[in-house]
Amino acid sequence: MKDSDAVYIENLTKKFGHFTAVDRISLAVRTGEIFGFLGANGAGKTTAIRMLCGLLLPTSGNGRVAGYDILTQSELIKRAIGYMSQKFSLYPDLTGRENVSFYGAAYGLGKSAIRDRLEILSDRLQLREFLDRPTASLPIGWRQRLALAVAILHRPRIIFLDEPTGGVDPVFRRRFWSILYELAEEDVTIFVTTHYMDEAEYCGRISIMHQGRIIEVGKPRDMITQHQAHNLEELFVDLIKGQDQADA
Amino acid sequence: MNAIRAANLSKTYGHIKALRDFSFAVNPGEIFALVGPDGAGKTTLIRLLCHLATPDSGTVMIAGLDVQTSHEQIKPHLGYMPQHFSLYPDLSVEENLKFYAGIYGLRGPEYRDKRDYLYTFSNLAPFADRRAGALSGGMKQKLALSCALIHDPEVLILDEPTTGVDPLSRRQFWEILLGLRARGTAILVTTPYMDEVARADRACFVYDGQKLSEGTPDELTGQFSGRIFFLDREPTRRLVRDLDAIEGLSARRFGSGLHLYIDQDARIEEFRRPLEHLGIDASNLTPTPADLEDRFIQLMESGTS
Repeated sequence: MKDSDAVYIENLTKKFGHFTAVDRISLAVRTGEIFGFLGANGAGKTTAIRMLCGLLLPTSGNGRVAGYDILTQSELIKRAIGYMSQKFSLYPDLTGRENVSFYGAAYGLGKSAIRDRLEILSDRLQLREFLDRPTASLPIGWRQRLALAVAILHRPRIIFLDEPTGGVDPVFRRRFWSILYELAEEDVTIFVTTHYMDEAEYCGRISIMHQGRIIEVGKPRDMITQHQAHNLEELFVDLIKGQDQADA
Repeated sequence: MNAIRAANLSKTYGHIKALRDFSFAVNPGEIFALVGPDGAGKTTLIRLLCHLATPDSGTVMIAGLDVQTSHEQIKPHLGYMPQHFSLYPDLSVEENLKFYAGIYGLRGPEYRDKRDYLYTFSNLAPFADRRAGALSGGMKQKLALSCALIHDPEVLILDEPTTGVDPLSRRQFWEILLGLRARGTAILVTTPYMDEVARADRACFVYDGQKLSEGTPDELTGQFSGRIFFLDREPTRRLVRDLDAIEGLSARRFGSGLHLYIDQDARIEEFRRPLEHLGIDASNLTPTPADLEDRFIQLMESGTS
């Protein structure tokens, strides 16, 4: 691996009994890269991400995330990364500010550090107008910006975003992505999963996972050209169907 | 006769104008998509269509019947799949179907025929005994659609049916919709995703309770004013800023490169010199067709049609 790799994994494998959820995947993601991690439901993405985030030990293989060994330094990884999921719930009855304070404290940030950081993020993510409203009352696009603020509160070097924009309208989505681009500019590495191919095109590079294996990696445009597909959605469906036929 | 006809609908909640003089129609055998940001009025519109709310003014006709006065007669003609998972998670797939069949008075062999028919396109038969709550996202959506179709309605209303569903399952879901369309069903669907809008026969952009634009996906895309070029260069913030500083040109990061936008009546050659300054060869830029999202954002940003 290179020092500039934020994520580096080699033959990472996870078996649950006889079932191989993740099957010898290898990947290198550069610092500051926006990497799209695609695959159908059940392809093994979530299991792979859990290993990268230090939440699950691989059965075999090895790798480093943010410079730390995923086999032996999972606690350090957890502190070095941020994680945001569509399902990962902010506390709906707490206001935005209260959610931020809660998670800030959980990451061991002091009160004044949380306050300072919130000040910066409020401007950057345009949170100010809804910080004091109960989270449950916010439109989904705002809630997702708040969730992003919580995920980057402790200045992680890598953020893992698991379907961050599900159900969000195109205007919000575009705004959300311009924030991600700004973070990437500051050398924050972004590792994102999405089911939406127009969004996958915003990524610098993507991989497509199927039945535990990575079947394709590259720049979205190059992949479309190579396979002579009309768009990424067509490419995705064709690749997976083709793989299924090859397996059969 | 239109399958759905909404004329001059207005609805106010307190001092919020949720819908303003909104009209549209969907024909039999047509898929019509409504797209717009959160709070644009899509859900209010659907509530009015399904008689879950009453308009301040305007009328809704479904299958030729007035929703205000003939609500009961409309029921057999209308299938509705709400945005949030509306099935009974503790009931099995089959029990959910049976439950909905019961509501519409479908029993015995009539029910079983319908169930088997729905299984042929949903592929849910092997999961008949599985709890609905334990299904994958894609299977849940297919079950919800099956329940909405149990009484064979000729008008189908779907509120963001595929949110959170993977591309393969979404493709299958849309293949089912295309099959229904071929049999003459009128389908109204709301979605935040432009690739789905592109599959509809016609679509309309909704914003601030009003219709901004309506047409076939190609017509809507064609309304984009401007030219877009792809620049295959590392999209640093500095480069974006330098490009943006060029008068008459704007730049936006796009994946591994950038999109450059210029006016409809401008030519990229006009920018040859300032681009050269940044080490960019204007003749090397790839013209890129606008897509629905480009047009949608343009409409939102200008705030008017």
